[in-house]
Amino acid sequence: MVLAIVLVLIVLITVLFTFYSPWWFTPLASNWGTIDDALIITFAITGFVFVAVTLFMALAIFKFRHVEGRKAAFEPENKKLEWWLIGVTTIGIAGMLAPGLIVWADYVKPPPNAGVFEAVGQQWSWSFRLPGKDGKLGRAAVRFITDDNILGVDPRDANGLDDLIIDGDDLHLLLNQPVKANLRSLDVLHDFYVPQFRAKMDLVPGMVTYFWFTPTLPGSYEILCAELCGLGHSDMRSLVVVDEPGDYQAWLSEQITFAEMIAPEDVPEDMPEEVAEEAVESEQQPEVADEVALNVGPSTALSAELSTGEGTTND
Amino acid sequence: MTEDNATDTEAEDHGPTTFLTKYVWSQDHKVIAIQYGLTAIAIGLVALVLSWLMRMQLGFPGALEFVDQEAYYQYATMHGMIMVIYLLTAIFLGGFGNYLIPLMVGARDMVFPYLNMLSYWVYLIAVLVLVSSFFVPGGPTGAGWTLYPPQSILEGTPGYDWGIILMLTSLVIFIIAFTMGGLNYVTTILQARARGMTLMRMPLTVWGIFVATFMGLLAFPVLFVSGVMLLLDRVIGTSFFVPEIISMGEPLAYGGGSPLLFQHLFWFFGHPEVYIVALPAFGIVSDLLSIHARKNIFGYRMMVWALIGIGALSFIVWAHHMYVSGMDPAFGFFFAVTTLIIAVPTAIKVYNWVLTLWRGDIHLTIPMLFSISFVLTFVFGGLTGLFLGNVVVDVPLSDTYFVVAHFHMVMGVAPIMVVFGAIYHWYPKMTGRMLNGPMGQIHFWVTFLGTYAIYFPMHYLGFVGVPRRYYGYEDIEFIPQSVHDLNAAITVAALFVGVVQLLFLYNLVWSLKRGELAGGNPWRATSLEWQTPNTPPVHGNWGKNMPQVHRWAYDFSVPGADKDFMPQNMPRQSFEAADVHKLDPDPPTAGPPSDDPALPPREGEA
Ligand code: HEM
Ligand SMILES: [Cu+2]
Ligand SMILES: [Cu+2]
Repeated sequence: MVLAIVLVLIVLITVLFTFYSPWWFTPLASNWGTIDDALIITFAITGFVFVAVTLFMALAIFKFRHVEGRKAAFEPENKKLEWWLIGVTTIGIAGMLAPGLIVWADYVKPPPNAGVFEAVGQQWSWSFRLPGKDGKLGRAAVRFITDDNILGVDPRDANGLDDLIIDGDDLHLLLNQPVKANLRSLDVLHDFYVPQFRAKMDLVPGMVTYFWFTPTLPGSYEILCAELCGLGHSDMRSLVVVDEPGDYQAWLSEQITFAEMIAPEDVPEDMPEEVAEEAVESEQQPEVADEVALNVGPSTALSAELSTGEGTTND
Repeated sequence: MTEDNATDTEAEDHGPTTFLTKYVWSQDHKVIAIQYGLTAIAIGLVALVLSWLMRMQLGFPGALEFVDQEAYYQYATMHGMIMVIYLLTAIFLGGFGNYLIPLMVGARDMVFPYLNMLSYWVYLIAVLVLVSSFFVPGGPTGAGWTLYPPQSILEGTPGYDWGIILMLTSLVIFIIAFTMGGLNYVTTILQARARGMTLMRMPLTVWGIFVATFMGLLAFPVLFVSGVMLLLDRVIGTSFFVPEIISMGEPLAYGGGSPLLFQHLFWFFGHPEVYIVALPAFGIVSDLLSIHARKNIFGYRMMVWALIGIGALSFIVWAHHMYVSGMDPAFGFFFAVTTLIIAVPTAIKVYNWVLTLWRGDIHLTIPMLFSISFVLTFVFGGLTGLFLGNVVVDVPLSDTYFVVAHFHMVMGVAPIMVVFGAIYHWYPKMTGRMLNGPMGQIHFWVTFLGTYAIYFPMHYLGFVGVPRRYYGYEDIEFIPQSVHDLNAAITVAALFVGVVQLLFLYNLVWSLKRGELAGGNPWRATSLEWQTPNTPPVHGNWGKNMPQVHRWAYDFSVPGADKDFMPQNMPRQSFEAADVHKLDPDPPTAGPPSDDPALPPREGEA
């Protein structure tokens, strides 16, 4: 009896908690509202089953609890009922699986007009790389890493020279521009995770993994690591800032290229800083504005441009 | 074997007589079972204490100074591994499997008693090796119970020097122990059943343990090889799982290995492992519900096929743990489909449990309370599993507290509820005394409501996006203060639940001498273990006469019978004959209902 009441109370609390507790999704900041929808469908179907089964149990306990003289029924099987239940269950399962798979098909296939950026993880920090005006990221591998070449971009690959390297600083993305995130780890597993974007993916050493999203809400969001990567796992943070076009281009123009990073000796040491920067820029990327345009615009050769040398790629 | 047993000379003597041979180097399955059970509970207590320490850090960050990042990850790893392998797997198969199989199928003992004894001692060594890692330089490994390389074998992870080596060694030893035990359980079930005990007359407890053991024999070898390969990577520098990487700024000598390969191997073991823990629980809870509702289990044959179906399917769903691992996302389609298909046989089990209650005569004994709470918890955890199985829905939730809440519900709390229910249920057979009721009531209510209070709200932390395996959350912007308050509340609940387990342990000891005398069959149950001539059963179990089985284990409240249960060894009654197919899903093939003691053993049984 007490148990039956407690079961009913549990159902009540569970339902009320779902609607009235303060703990729910963070405000969505990407195109992946469809993931939230698939989740809600799953929630609705499973929630119904939980309530139904628990209340049925409570009712059974209430109606058939032992009292003097009660005798249980004898009913080994009921084929009709059993097949009926199997049928209904299958329909319910299909009802949540189908929308899930449809969204997944979308999730695994970046749209043709997606831009690209690379996130590189290492214990316990994030770095980023954006393609230069060619719209392509240069090849990269751990064996190319030096003190200057911290991300291991292949210096022999011309596609990489104009890549922008963002080390120890925030990542900026352009509002409403679909982007594909190419993910690379230099040491152990990590996971690129921004709760507000919903999407996430592991970084796996030895290969390039990817996912895509479209930032839809300006603002800055924390990047966390969501795959245990050692002592500093919970401190492995960075920031992604979603900018309007003007802000984005201003930010982009401040970033340094790979060529600048590996060849500081090209820049005479006694030159004042701004002049030095200009010198390098005019040498390697004469038209900054152009490059910006390419960066945010459709990137044509998305799938072939990147490999870690011997590692597999997932594209 | 059946015939061997019947003429077994051991039936005449009283088994070993010295303390050492009787209780220490014992080959009696009942003693070995209790050794397994007590060892598992002891090491489980360590895991429980570790969970308190973690919860303290999560609820009241910094309150315990010695719980730093290093310690936190070590505790999480040891807690997880101990709970899954050294407590649950060991107690269900080594403990209940050992105790119940021979008694329930009507055998004198396991078919290989010496191997059985060895299995326990090797298991004990595995536990000791594991525990020793707390005392080596660097402490136990903090790689997470999944032990993913390269992280698990690199500097930057606690215990990378000794802890990981001891962990892998201990697992390898455990698997040897499991294999010795497992072969024994399977062989005993197939070869040593009492006359008349057809497979389709076995209690579901035996079926659950049987299928789980079979799965273990297929799955554990995979963990074995991946453990050895990882050891080689760590100790002699092979590169099975490690590609070209740098560590702490230095390039390492590894190259060419695949971290994903380890994940595939781990989960090829790891997912079946979930069911290795769950299926015995399914079986046991089916029997408890039936006995304490005085009603046959609903849809017995469907229950058996569901067990087998779940067991088979669970070998093709492993990569649902890897949707965001970076494997080719096309796999996601396949594994989402297989994973959601498994939900069908699983749902059948749930329906049949609740339909067993319907129109029953429900006695809310303590085993029954735990069984019902199992159904609730398992339904909850099973349903949240559909979120995680449904690929794209897993994306925002993976590696958040939703996952922690889900697997604790489904493979932490739910099976533990069954362990408790089973102990309250079979303790009278093991000791001859009942466990104390009032203490049991307190234990049940605090455990049931407390664990719900811990894990139910935790799912919502996952919706918020709170990542798991985090030492601290203080300065994460999207996590509001209310989350920290909730974490504190969860910790308080966890401490209550923890403390009440001590009351349970006290009850175990207290009732040994002072519990109410139980008699041979206090629950008026039908299965063979309750029909032994002595309680607790003596060496050889059955005295002179081996039991002869005439019916399935679920003849409760049969119309026309004067009592509300008919033991499996009760000969067919006159009023039953007409209705035999309805009463017995597998009537004896040879001739009329088998009262005839001269009935030849069925093919394959002799
Ligand atoms: C009331 C009892 C329990 C409490 C309070 C508890 C608490 C915890 C906590 C705080 C964590 C760490 C979460 C994180 O940082 O991500 C954890 C992890 C874990 N627990 Fe439990 N737990 C309990 C019982 C169990 C049981 C019975 C099992 C058996 C399956 C279990 C299996 C695990 C596993 C596998 C992990 C994952 C470890 C890892 O991340 O590597 N726990 N638990
Ligand atoms: Cu991490
Ligand atoms: Cu799984």
